[in-house]
Amino acid sequence: MDLSLLKRRSEFEWAIEPRGKMRVPGVLFASEPLVRAMDHKVFEQVVNVATLPGIRVASLAMPDAHWGYGFAVGGVAAFDPDEGVVSAGGVGFDISCGVRCLRTRLTREDLEPRKKDLAEALFRAIPAGVGSRGRIRLSGEEMDRMLRGGARWAVEKGWGERGDLERVEEDGQMKEARPEAVSERARARMRDEVGTLGSGNHYLEVQEVAEVHDEPAAEAFGLRAGDVVVSIHCGSRGFGHQIGTEALREMLEAGRRHGIDLPDRELACAPVRSKEGEHYLGAMRSAINVALANRQVLTHLSREAFGSVLPQSDLTLLYDVSHNTCKVETHEVDGRPCEVYVHRKGATRAWGPGHPGLPGRLRPVGQPVLIGGTMGTSSWVLAGTETGMRASFGSACHGAGRAMSRHQALKQWNGKQVVEDLERRGILVRSPSLRGVAEEAPGAYKDVTAVVEATEKAGLARRVAKLLPVVTIKG
Amino acid sequence: MVRRVYSSSMAAAPSDGPPFENFAHDADIGVRGRGATLAEAFANAGRALTAVVADPASVREELSVEIACGSPDPEVLLFDWLNALVFEMATRRVLFGRYEVKVEGTTLVARAFGEPVEVSRHQPAVEVKGATWTGLRVAREGGTWIAECVVDV
Repeated sequence: MDLSLLKRRSEFEWAIEPRGKMRVPGVLFASEPLVRAMDHKVFEQVVNVATLPGIRVASLAMPDAHWGYGFAVGGVAAFDPDEGVVSAGGVGFDISCGVRCLRTRLTREDLEPRKKDLAEALFRAIPAGVGSRGRIRLSGEEMDRMLRGGARWAVEKGWGERGDLERVEEDGQMKEARPEAVSERARARMRDEVGTLGSGNHYLEVQEVAEVHDEPAAEAFGLRAGDVVVSIHCGSRGFGHQIGTEALREMLEAGRRHGIDLPDRELACAPVRSKEGEHYLGAMRSAINVALANRQVLTHLSREAFGSVLPQSDLTLLYDVSHNTCKVETHEVDGRPCEVYVHRKGATRAWGPGHPGLPGRLRPVGQPVLIGGTMGTSSWVLAGTETGMRASFGSACHGAGRAMSRHQALKQWNGKQVVEDLERRGILVRSPSLRGVAEEAPGAYKDVTAVVEATEKAGLARRVAKLLPVVTIKG
Repeated sequence: MVRRVYSSSMAAAPSDGPPFENFAHDADIGVRGRGATLAEAFANAGRALTAVVADPASVREELSVEIACGSPDPEVLLFDWLNALVFEMATRRVLFGRYEVKVEGTTLVARAFGEPVEVSRHQPAVEVKGATWTGLRVAREGGTWIAECVVDV
């Protein structure tokens, strides 16, 4: 990105002054090298989002922002309930894709002698990859109960423990889901996909806490150096994809009907207070519940696999975050608390200390913010901050982002070689597809640590612990 | 299978390229089909969609599925066609290697030929989530139809 287009507000904050049809400024949070490396399309997309009706304060980009459709991936925007819009492109296809982190009560020393057995047990237990099916088949009524109940439904069906729920955003159940707004095609895509990991960049990883950066927060999160944790990265599977696809089509028509002037059809949107907007919100909230249920079932399967190999393990939730959502939240706008529709696309909610929505033990330190890396590099646990609440509607980065295309990666790496190289470094990878492993090679991604450092220095979240992979199950 | 990777600048593709190909687009990937007719370009865009997941040449013809969609806008028709294929691939757990496509006026009727996914042989890399409006283009250049867009993976 051309830095001359930006006004530097501070070392890690860059503004795009309003021009043309922009209603608010654009703001990028990143280090200078990260901004320079961003595609010019990110600039255009941040500007375009700033032109949408009812946008409040600013159109934002997180340090890992990259070119998406309509909104940049890593884009955050909040809209007024009465004058604003809701956009499927502002949420993304994989609705409520996110990361769940579980503590295990195991140390690396406990794990090491049983590592291989655990990798095999997890690979058998977790349905992963293209064409995989879950254990659960859902009828119409049971599907509706899942769409309304989310992780709470899964726990009630025996796929988890009641105590899990307070460690999930929305206490495990997104309110105001409307199953009647969900098409038959979306239901068909989910009939036997509950409890599946998916493919691409989705994974289940056993990790070691390698570094602790903030002792009090780590203690509150129940993390110590040498501890073993499990991270699950996946979303609402084909269900969310179908809802996203249908909404892109429907909102194109809706935007025209409501006279919304779009600089790019990728920004297709509908007024919050419209039949189409409410329809999408009802379906999108159902998809959030699907993702929460899916990660809950995968948690149960992980507990079974761990129990069969390491019976002394006890998997408890650190937290579950979603990074593709639109949620109604209260934030300070123009000096007073206002209800806004916060779109986070490839951005993690990061509520600061004292937020009433956080469970008691976490409230004094802020929300755990879980940032995924690659199968050969680090992942991170951060904590939300008070400054982030003011600067970014309580939002932070979500991951590393690709450094090269899947095709380039496939040319550069051989899947078998990647698995062998990682095994030499003590990381066991299990995947049904070696082509998939090559496309997801660690070198195909940007440096997540640079993203996390910029997030901290911009004040959006602070570093708590660094996690390194030990076992990776890839789709 | 011909693979040609273009830069993410989204410059117009030359009209004299291979029948189908994928092109790079940041975290996602583009599909492009060419043909002497609009229908042939759409069929080849379907092969490019398969190529995102696995090598279309590795897909046997054991079953076929009929697909129909309609739109007065050829670009929206491509969007609908690719998303119909994504839906059939996902719900039937199949891959398609060949397509017979007819486009008459605003209507597309097609038959897709393929087989159930066999992980060990196909080595499927990634599921396609859906076609997007990004880079969506249907155009005739010289005597060649080009049908292309970015798909989310």
